[in-house]
Amino acid sequence: MDRHISVPLEKETADSLHAGDYVYLTGTIYTARDAAHKRMQEALDRGEKLPLDIKNNVIYYMGPSPARPGKTIGSAGPTTASRMDKYAPSLLDLGLMGMIGKGKRNQAVIDAIVRNGAVYFAAVGGAGALLSRSIVSSEVIAYDDLGTEAIRRLEVKDFPVIVVIDSEGNNLYETAIQDYCTE
Amino acid sequence: MKTIDVSVITDSIKEMCIEANHFLTEDMKCALDTAAETEKAPLGKQILEQLQENMKIAGEEMIPICQDTGMAVIFMEIGQEVHFTGGNLEEAVQEGVRRGYTEGFLRKSVVKDPIYRENTKDNTPAVIHYEIVPGEEVKITVAPKGFGSENMSRVFMLKPADGIEGVKNAILTAVKDAGPNACPPMVVGVGIGGTFEKCALMAKRALTRPVNQHSEIPYVCELEKELLEKINCSGIGPGGLGGTTTALAVNIITYPTHIAGLPVAVNICCHVNRHAVKVL
Repeated sequence: MDRHISVPLEKETADSLHAGDYVYLTGTIYTARDAAHKRMQEALDRGEKLPLDIKNNVIYYMGPSPARPGKTIGSAGPTTASRMDKYAPSLLDLGLMGMIGKGKRNQAVIDAIVRNGAVYFAAVGGAGALLSRSIVSSEVIAYDDLGTEAIRRLEVKDFPVIVVIDSEGNNLYETAIQDYCTE
Repeated sequence: MKTIDVSVITDSIKEMCIEANHFLTEDMKCALDTAAETEKAPLGKQILEQLQENMKIAGEEMIPICQDTGMAVIFMEIGQEVHFTGGNLEEAVQEGVRRGYTEGFLRKSVVKDPIYRENTKDNTPAVIHYEIVPGEEVKITVAPKGFGSENMSRVFMLKPADGIEGVKNAILTAVKDAGPNACPPMVVGVGIGGTFEKCALMAKRALTRPVNQHSEIPYVCELEKELLEKINCSGIGPGGLGGTTTALAVNIITYPTHIAGLPVAVNICCHVNRHAVKVL
């Protein structure tokens, strides 16, 4: 089913999404990948505040290529989500409502998604030029020294994603493969 | 003997880094076009069409096909009659990468140390493989390699008794484990034989062979076809979201090996299987 939803993501909206839904996101999301997650976890371990209010927000696992002059952003597709599995459960428990990436998640992340009624979206990997068109603005808000790995606030319009793991723990990566497996 | 000033190497590599990150080779484009036509899953077909559109936008607006513009892997096949002047060849290659990635608005994805991980901010150093060949030409292949798929690559040190069935199992295992992480449809580069490092290098090299060409060795050619069919029966599909197109090609290179061994390397590449080639 095609859905148009706004982000940050209300819990009721997240609950209503199902694995396999094709969703267009409009609103504000944040980027963070390996190095930014490591720093956020270290900040939490020291009892410090995170550089963004994580509650109801959506993190996009993405490090863009540099913007050409006059452009908002460069190529901007998803990176492999499993590298953030180590950090995702604690962010979900703090209220993170959605993650956008590509590839499998481990059981601890799936459990945290279900526990918190969150959602894991996939964007199409390797379609960074196309996806950049749905990004209206981009601003570094933390960890500028990390270059492409800095945390960015993105305004997106009709950003296309697919629900892979929903709040009930349904996993499209497992079910969709079975539909076309002819071994 | 032919004399080449290393500044020519720098200029060539700079241009090739930019070219490879914005334009796929014709064989890759054709393979994706065919896949978009034949894919049976509606969502899979939609994803493949998005990849076609993505490539069009990349070329027209000079936005990299993928934000992961890779670690630059460079094959230098140097004719033994060539004499380089004007500086250090290695530094000239690195300078080409530095300029390509900074002037071409490509992402800087290389860290100085694998543990301390400080970004070098110019995507150097590249990984360079030199080969001395007969003649007086220099053939340069620039193959930026993204790490979503690189991370899913494997080396298997099989036993001779495992034979060809063991090789098939190893390749299928690597591809299935990679699944959605490697941005399917993939190109699967395989090295069989040699030593631990030789098979890995062959697997990498195999990715630079056009996807519409098969090995000249009859049994290897058959193996490539059989494995592609088997991989596409896995159901993984475009984006790992189900479908009949999981790989576009299986490219295999073999080499003699030791009486005690059967090394197999599987270097997985996503659908952004990039390389630019130039002969000087």
